[in-house]
Amino acid sequence: MADLAKPVQIKDGAGPDKALRYRRIMTHAGIFVTLILVWELASRAGWLDPLFYPRPSNILNSVWLIYFKNGNIWEHLGVTMGLVFMGFVGGSVLGIVLGSLVGLNSLVRRFLKPYVIVLEATPRIAVAPLLIAAFGFGSTSKIAIIILVCFFAPFINTLSGVMNVNAEKLELFRSMGASKWQILRKLVFPDAVPIIMAGERLALTAALSGALVAEFIQRDQGIGSLILVYTRNLNMASSFACIFTLTILGFLIFKGMELLDQYIAFWKYEAGRERVSAKRRRAMEG
Amino acid sequence: MNAERMPNHAAAGEVVVSGIAVGKTFADGTVVALDNTTFEIKRGSFVSLVGPSGCGKSTLLRLISGLITPTSGEISVHDTPVTGPRQDISMMFQKATLLEWRTSLENVLLPTEIAGTPTKADKNRALDLLKLVGLGDFAFSFPAQLSGGMQQRVALARLLQTGADILLLDEPFGALDEFTRERLNTELMRIVAEVGATTIFVTHNISEAIFLADQVFVMTSRPGRVAKIVDVDLERPRPLSIQTSPEFNRLVEDVRVTLGAV
Repeated sequence: MADLAKPVQIKDGAGPDKALRYRRIMTHAGIFVTLILVWELASRAGWLDPLFYPRPSNILNSVWLIYFKNGNIWEHLGVTMGLVFMGFVGGSVLGIVLGSLVGLNSLVRRFLKPYVIVLEATPRIAVAPLLIAAFGFGSTSKIAIIILVCFFAPFINTLSGVMNVNAEKLELFRSMGASKWQILRKLVFPDAVPIIMAGERLALTAALSGALVAEFIQRDQGIGSLILVYTRNLNMASSFACIFTLTILGFLIFKGMELLDQYIAFWKYEAGRERVSAKRRRAMEG
Repeated sequence: MNAERMPNHAAAGEVVVSGIAVGKTFADGTVVALDNTTFEIKRGSFVSLVGPSGCGKSTLLRLISGLITPTSGEISVHDTPVTGPRQDISMMFQKATLLEWRTSLENVLLPTEIAGTPTKADKNRALDLLKLVGLGDFAFSFPAQLSGGMQQRVALARLLQTGADILLLDEPFGALDEFTRERLNTELMRIVAEVGATTIFVTHNISEAIFLADQVFVMTSRPGRVAKIVDVDLERPRPLSIQTSPEFNRLVEDVRVTLGAV
């Protein structure tokens, strides 16, 4: 009960702020509903070509069809999310491992740097057809494409994270006679965690885009191929329904990564510090 | 504290840190940071190194700590030459340099973790030290939840956690406001007296240097060297008000004359 009482007390002091917030939400909702209505009416009045700009009511109907009546989106959604997950994990692991190696070893860095610059300047998607040629049609090449597009952010961020260690902390560790391994494990990597997590956020967003591109190229299954199929059949309402699905997926991914960040790099957040502080106290006091 | 840390009165007067003709140059010998310095520091004594920027006081401290090696001469601690960082020396810096992802307790335990695996006794000792520096209630707080003065207290507890009997402090409270600094200085004197450690304290504040120390090494620059050693025979414990006494002011003047800043 004490936990419930706390935020209420804080909000007491911010009473006018809450009213303002409510008014803003209502304003936004009003504008949104108006837009949708204008769209619907414009389409019904014949000002918008319904072939390319399907009515909101039709889109809603498509949502009902593909999610519930036919329920055909679930399989594709599952396929796409599976690809995103595997590509993201693969790209992250590769990025973090290579970023650490390059960041910690000046010799490796010197020889690898030109290639990294060349690879960074090349649009990664351009390599996608080559990957399909190399790995053949199927999920292997799709995952390879996703790994390629989401590898860079974790790589660069890990690289700069492990290279920019606070000089004073390093001197502290040296004065304690810490070994190289201890410095890595207890200082360099924990210190780099927040910036690596920032790279992971970018990587996951890139992974979703990468999955769609991979599915556009090989349209067998997944949301990307579903959008292609609907668009080719001029079923724009269903295409829009798929796109809104991706919007929501993108939003959930963003929120999910934010939560993960608050859990892993907890010391950057007030709430995280309080949570872990209480946990450590309980662990110690038994 | 435990027995090994108690002041050994039988051996009082024994030299624990010494330097013979110690010199340190940087940039291929073009910058002389410390020139031909010979000194002795006795067990349990509190020595202040005071002087302007560039007088080599931080260099001398880093040489003693083993973080850097002398260009010429030799430094010995407990009769063995200093060749690198060692467990009988513990160091504290101007900034608290706490690890943000560790609680106060975990930060204090860091030196123990570096040396091995912390035992239950180590943890209890760390908790005792946090109480000693007045942070008993903040053992599970993260650095971001502490004020600047509290962070330095954690750093002080970490300094003591190693059990090293030689403590090196490089302007440890220099970044704090005057009031916090005075309070921490008073506590520092009490604590090092309690654990019986030999303390070397770098500062550019003359009053602070005298107030804390048994001996003040007055250092001048270009080249950096110890120009004079001023003995401070003021009785302990010293109240803050001692700083307005005639004896104290005579010592301040003595240091100022040496620094050429009367």
